[in-house]
Amino acid sequence: MSDFPPIYARHLVKRYGDLVAVNDIELTASAGSCLGLLGPNGAGKTTTIEVLEGLLVPEQGEVRVLGLTWQERGREIRERIGVQLQETRLPDKLTPFETLRLFRSLYKQGHEPDEILETVGLTEKRNVRNVNLSGGQRQRLALGCALVSQPEVLFLDEPTTGLDPQGRRRVWEIVEAFLAKGGTVLLTTHYMDEAERLADDLVILDHGKVIASGSPRSIIQSLGAEGIISFALSGGVDSLDYSTLPGVLSVRRDPDRVELTVRESHETVPALLDFLRERNLELAHLNTHPPTLEDVFVSLTGRYLRDE
Amino acid sequence: MSSSLRELTRVRFLMFTREPEAMFWVFLFPVVLALVLSFAFKQRGVEMVRVGVVSGETEERWVTALKGGESIKVVPFVTRNEAERKLRSGALAALVTGGEPVNVRCDPTRPEGETARLRIQDAIQHAGGRTDPVPVVTEVLKDHGSRYIDFLIPGLLGMNLMGTGIWGTGFSIVDWRQRKLLKRFLVTPMRKSQYLLSQVLSRIGFLILEVVVIVAFGVFVLGVPFRGSLAAFASICLIGTFCFSGLGLLIAARPRTIEGVSGVMNFVMMPMWLFSGVFFSYENFPEIFHPAIRLLPLTALNDGLRGLMLEGTAGPHLVVQSLVLAFWGAVSFFVALRIFRWQ
Repeated sequence: MSDFPPIYARHLVKRYGDLVAVNDIELTASAGSCLGLLGPNGAGKTTTIEVLEGLLVPEQGEVRVLGLTWQERGREIRERIGVQLQETRLPDKLTPFETLRLFRSLYKQGHEPDEILETVGLTEKRNVRNVNLSGGQRQRLALGCALVSQPEVLFLDEPTTGLDPQGRRRVWEIVEAFLAKGGTVLLTTHYMDEAERLADDLVILDHGKVIASGSPRSIIQSLGAEGIISFALSGGVDSLDYSTLPGVLSVRRDPDRVELTVRESHETVPALLDFLRERNLELAHLNTHPPTLEDVFVSLTGRYLRDE
Repeated sequence: MSSSLRELTRVRFLMFTREPEAMFWVFLFPVVLALVLSFAFKQRGVEMVRVGVVSGETEERWVTALKGGESIKVVPFVTRNEAERKLRSGALAALVTGGEPVNVRCDPTRPEGETARLRIQDAIQHAGGRTDPVPVVTEVLKDHGSRYIDFLIPGLLGMNLMGTGIWGTGFSIVDWRQRKLLKRFLVTPMRKSQYLLSQVLSRIGFLILEVVVIVAFGVFVLGVPFRGSLAAFASICLIGTFCFSGLGLLIAARPRTIEGVSGVMNFVMMPMWLFSGVFFSYENFPEIFHPAIRLLPLTALNDGLRGLMLEGTAGPHLVVQSLVLAFWGAVSFFVALRIFRWQ
């Protein structure tokens, strides 16, 4: 066996004409862990994961999956990975069982289709046509197709986009079960809650570049903040300078509210209230929360993950 | 056969059987078409000629004579004017009046006018006492194999094999490409040639059904002869199917949309519908074009099917036709594999 971790990429560069979709990216996922690629649409997440899946050939950089390179051992890698692409529409006229049997037949080894139906919670839908499945059920079937070969590494490109909260939770549970059995996962998402829940490590991408990486906790800690204070004034927009308040690290204005990134909420909130009272301003809304990945992204790029 | 090839083939077959429209076009349409065309071109009995007689102006003995004549339909009129009017409009082939001499009015330059004149002459002379010095026995020809429907059935079968081969593979491939399923297969260990091969193999299941339905209908309902060897017939159907599903793969190798692939299909099939002798023989085209027409795969298939069904020929012609089909099929398959767009 090689010394490489199951997912390994260094100095990846992928261009489409003049557009640099992926610009010098590094990734590592150790065995049994989940690596999340987080970023807004167009950040280069799909391009990156498709390079790792062997669908795209990078202009530069080294890629190893399970220690193997695509050029030398492509077929062997394919036998050992499971992939869920963004927006694959499985055949309408087949049933989940037939779909899984088809995918199973493409591999040397794997699970019985009925086991996978159990795993993804579609046993009751075994003989229903795919066209009659709900969005969440189709997504779980696609996940089943990725799992049927008993893969060592799972690639998931936006696995819960477009699903309702319950549907998303069910997908997460399936992925967690795979991780619990020692599988390795590379996941792209633009949902921070998904990244926080599933990923052991994160790479945050923007415009094809890595802007932060590490565990979700360490990325959040890198902000140096313990709290986010979000508030709105009843009088509407103001142009006051909040940066001089104690403990304020950064100020951000949106059309409908102000957000302060602060060292400690309990240090800044009383000062903020005094500050407003002195100026006879009334609060319409005030809320404090611990910083999230979204706040990290906002503070790094000035934009929200979901904006684009 | 590897399990993935078997499974890909089975899935393709299953999906087709779940498309009711496709089932109609493959199985019912050719039968309906054959039925309509055989009705339109049905051979009727000997055509009767309509001969007018006018009461009071045509002697009764001649009316009796005409009624006893061969293939004459006597139409009585009350007035001469009315009869003349029908004669001019063509509703009557001839008008008989008078006693002796008998007056026959007709236009002998028109076929039914001349036929009427001869039949009237014959009927009246017999009634007048003429006897034929030399007996003539007419043998009615009822040889199956020379009717239009006999020509048509093998042509329809060939056309159907082409249509289902090209449509069946082409549409399903482009549909899967649009669904990004082909891209999904790229990240599995599936061999690309297996996918293409499964498309060809799945056609064979239908081939058997299709051929049996159309040939059985032709032979048992329409009385079309089947004179050649069954084995030779089966093998040319098989090679034909291979050829056209190969062409279907090639046509569907690049297009991204159903509209795009439909256009290419029509472009490829249209010349063959016209030139390859489906509805009429390509002998109608100038001889200089015949060698080129015979190189078209549908011409090869139609000639082969027709030869086997109607004349029972096998041998050198059939070998050449099989080679033409195999060549088109093999070249299409390998070019398709080369240029196929997976994502």
